[in-house]
Amino acid sequence: MALDRWIALVLLSTCLLYGYVAWFTMDANLAPFMQRKPVWPSSFPKILSILGTALSLVILLGLEKGEQVIGEIDHRRLTDYKLGQAILMLALMVAYALCLRPLGFLGSTTAFLVAGSFILGERRWHVMIPVSLLTAGTIWYLVQEVLGIFLRPLPFFLGN
Amino acid sequence: MLEGILIGLQTALSVQNLAMVIGGCLIGTFIGMLPGLGPMSIIAIMIPIAISLGDPSAALILLAGVYYGAIFGGSTSSILLNAPGVAGTVASSFDGYPMAMQGKAGKALTIAAIASFAGGTVGAILLMIFAPMLSSVALLFHSAEYFGLMVVGLSAIAAFAGNGQVAKALLMTVLGLMMATVGLGSLFNMPRFTGGMMELQSGFGFVTLAMAMFALPEAIFLVLKPKNMGDSGGEIKDLRITRAEARAIAPVIGRQSVQGFFIGVLPGAGATIASFLGYAVERNIAPKHEQDEFGKGSIKGLAAPETANNAACTGSFVPLLTLGIPGSGTTAILLGALIALNVTPGPRLMIDEPQIFWAVIMSMFIGNFVLLILNLPLIPYIAKVLAIPRNYLIPFILFFTLMGAYIGQNNATELLLLVAFGVCGIALKFANFPLPPLLIGFILGGMMEDNFARSMQLYGGLSFIWERPMTLGILIVAVLLVLLPGIRALRLRAKGV
Repeated sequence: MALDRWIALVLLSTCLLYGYVAWFTMDANLAPFMQRKPVWPSSFPKILSILGTALSLVILLGLEKGEQVIGEIDHRRLTDYKLGQAILMLALMVAYALCLRPLGFLGSTTAFLVAGSFILGERRWHVMIPVSLLTAGTIWYLVQEVLGIFLRPLPFFLGN
Repeated sequence: MLEGILIGLQTALSVQNLAMVIGGCLIGTFIGMLPGLGPMSIIAIMIPIAISLGDPSAALILLAGVYYGAIFGGSTSSILLNAPGVAGTVASSFDGYPMAMQGKAGKALTIAAIASFAGGTVGAILLMIFAPMLSSVALLFHSAEYFGLMVVGLSAIAAFAGNGQVAKALLMTVLGLMMATVGLGSLFNMPRFTGGMMELQSGFGFVTLAMAMFALPEAIFLVLKPKNMGDSGGEIKDLRITRAEARAIAPVIGRQSVQGFFIGVLPGAGATIASFLGYAVERNIAPKHEQDEFGKGSIKGLAAPETANNAACTGSFVPLLTLGIPGSGTTAILLGALIALNVTPGPRLMIDEPQIFWAVIMSMFIGNFVLLILNLPLIPYIAKVLAIPRNYLIPFILFFTLMGAYIGQNNATELLLLVAFGVCGIALKFANFPLPPLLIGFILGGMMEDNFARSMQLYGGLSFIWERPMTLGILIVAVLLVLLPGIRALRLRAKGV
């Protein structure tokens, strides 16, 4: 089965679940005065669940005619591309999200930028490290000191 | 009016105020490039500085410069990195980013600068002439008409519904509309689809979704298929627009300056709807061969939303200055600044304090002009961002997507949500599902549902559609905009073309 049909199957399940909540559970605790109104909180979601289900089925059953278009990357030959690098970059983003608070902005950001360049094949440490440090410092100064949005600069064990 | 213009010019052209407008434009442009920091946040940040000036005219001139600069800065990150930081610049990325990828980054930024200048300037002229009478027209628009406008805005998705793609584009729109229903709705005030999670009470963050659907998949695709963004064959620093291109975009800029301004006048409509509406209208009235170019790097597709969002920003000053009603989040903050400076906007502002009223209008002209002459020489340098080697540029793009999501919500969970949505965006892109309709649906969904529900409650059902001629008219326009390309294609086929 083509990837777009797999995705349509996932979206169909999502629409059915969304529809189940809209049709069967959302109105359970609706206040009496709300029940007298012509529009309920579930009205719009109910319409959307029907539309979403119908459209997912159109794609899943291949009812729409049109030539199969392969995007700029052919997902059937993923191993021909730099798949490992892409997965590592996504993993690095997750690690950044988890480390931002405990390790502080400056350390996490510098490590993210250095590790990102390293994963992509950069080995000039004398460029990578100063550029990353400078970027982390500048952005921190701009966001925290100029714009007043709190970003803990240092790890939690070194205080704020 | 002439006397007022002279008073305004005298105030706006003082050395101090000129320095304010130049400083404001520069600050706005550079901070506006950071995803997640839209005009509203930047103006809010600048308010203490503006108030400390003590002079309402100088303060407003500074804030107007920041406002225009921030809008242009937002367009820059949309065009160069496909990272729209605010909803009003999403439509600019539809064609601006493909242009940048084709090696026409300089040209795209030049078109954006010129279109913004034209939109802002024509808007300021219209504001000067029509402000008093438009304020009463704006009040004729009720939720039913707003609902109609959202439907017209949704017709912009037609640009992404190519051969065999109609169901996919519609499904993405519905998915966006569904995502907009998550959280504590403003009208019903009850949590929906949150699964009991407190983090979802305020719904999904716009910046998170925009970064996850646009910038993140693009960056990961660049990792998968290595190429430097600047080596697409064109000269990225080249700013020149040919005579034919200028002739092509001139009518678009003319139409969208006027349309965008009038949309901006309506309280609550603003730059976002104006940009989508502008994109939809221009795409649907374009000849068939040009329609196919929309979404793939059309200069008209870039000029239309850029002009419309700037004209709308100017239009949003009409209800603020003449009625004291803030028509958008940004003008609400400006209203706060005015009140802090002991100025009460409203019908008497023009009579009691003409120097402030006219100085604001004159500062719009000057702000737009300064922005153009400051930015045109900077464009070659800004466009050079794309020439940074891939090994450095991609981690930077990913870092900025993370920062955009983090600044918007100040919550590390949002970063995990960004990666999760990003993976979904990548999968959808692999399978050729168009992603812009999802974001269009998400942005317009909340406003659409609120206005639909309000109209239903006021009229006790769907009768508002035929009982309000203006709503019926707008909805007919929406249907025509969707059907027009099909009718045109049928006529051409009948003629055997």
